[in-house]
Amino acid sequence: MTGAGNNIPFREMFHIEGGNFTNAGSISSQVKKILMRAGFSHGVIRRTSIATFEAEMNVICYANQGNLSLFITPDSLKIVVEDEGVGIPDVDLAMKEGYSTANEKIHELGFGAGMGLSNIKNNTDEMILTSKFGQGTHLEFVVSLEGKDRLVPLLSTKE
Amino acid sequence: MINKREGIPCMTLFDIVKSFGLKVKTGKDRLDEEVTGGYAGDLLSDVIAHSLKGNIWVTIQTHPNVVAVASMKELAGIILTGGREPDSDTLHKAEEEGIPILVSPLFTFELVGKLYQMGISGMGEC
Repeated sequence: MTGAGNNIPFREMFHIEGGNFTNAGSISSQVKKILMRAGFSHGVIRRTSIATFEAEMNVICYANQGNLSLFITPDSLKIVVEDEGVGIPDVDLAMKEGYSTANEKIHELGFGAGMGLSNIKNNTDEMILTSKFGQGTHLEFVVSLEGKDRLVPLLSTKE
Repeated sequence: MINKREGIPCMTLFDIVKSFGLKVKTGKDRLDEEVTGGYAGDLLSDVIAHSLKGNIWVTIQTHPNVVAVASMKELAGIILTGGREPDSDTLHKAEEEGIPILVSPLFTFELVGKLYQMGISGMGEC
């Protein structure tokens, strides 16, 4: 594993190519594998994987490109997604369940239900979404660690 | 688990395969899995939001992300309807993650109707 620091025992960044549906989901699978290998509990892995999957799909469906970073700190898992693209003109509207700007191709593949952002919100403890229309979107979310999950970041950094 | 509607034990994937002559594409060794209920849908985020652990998922989507969704939500398995075959990447990923994929020649409406008749509900009580 890479990365070292006092407050961030682990960090990893992944590049996401907009419009590339062939590898869609591969980054969230990699994140899931990292968390499984580290030994986090089922619930933490499930919630983080779902939110990461939705965030990855958003970049693929709507942006030109982006980067997704995973930070494992002693008390939380944090994901930051920064993309370049059209951005979101009305963030509040985008957060509404069922609202979607997806095109036909996206729908055919089963994406664009208008539920991605609310799935992220429902599976995380904190979520921040900001966007500059015409430039890009910044999304961060946090899954807090409790109980024995707090010990995992300490153990997993040895690798 | 006991089926609340019928008062009998929950169905397994094997019962479903046998009853409807489904083709088993992956996960042959996981057919003894108990099915807690069912969910039908082709929009992945909707399935992520509403399916429950142990559900059988009925869909027409054949790409590898169905496996990611089933695995994240700990679903019992996936039934592809209308005779749709999984993509080769999907087969690969399903074997890797141990997710059973079954294929039915019936369209979604017919198959879901039959599953419901058999006692499988959408409420997570099998």
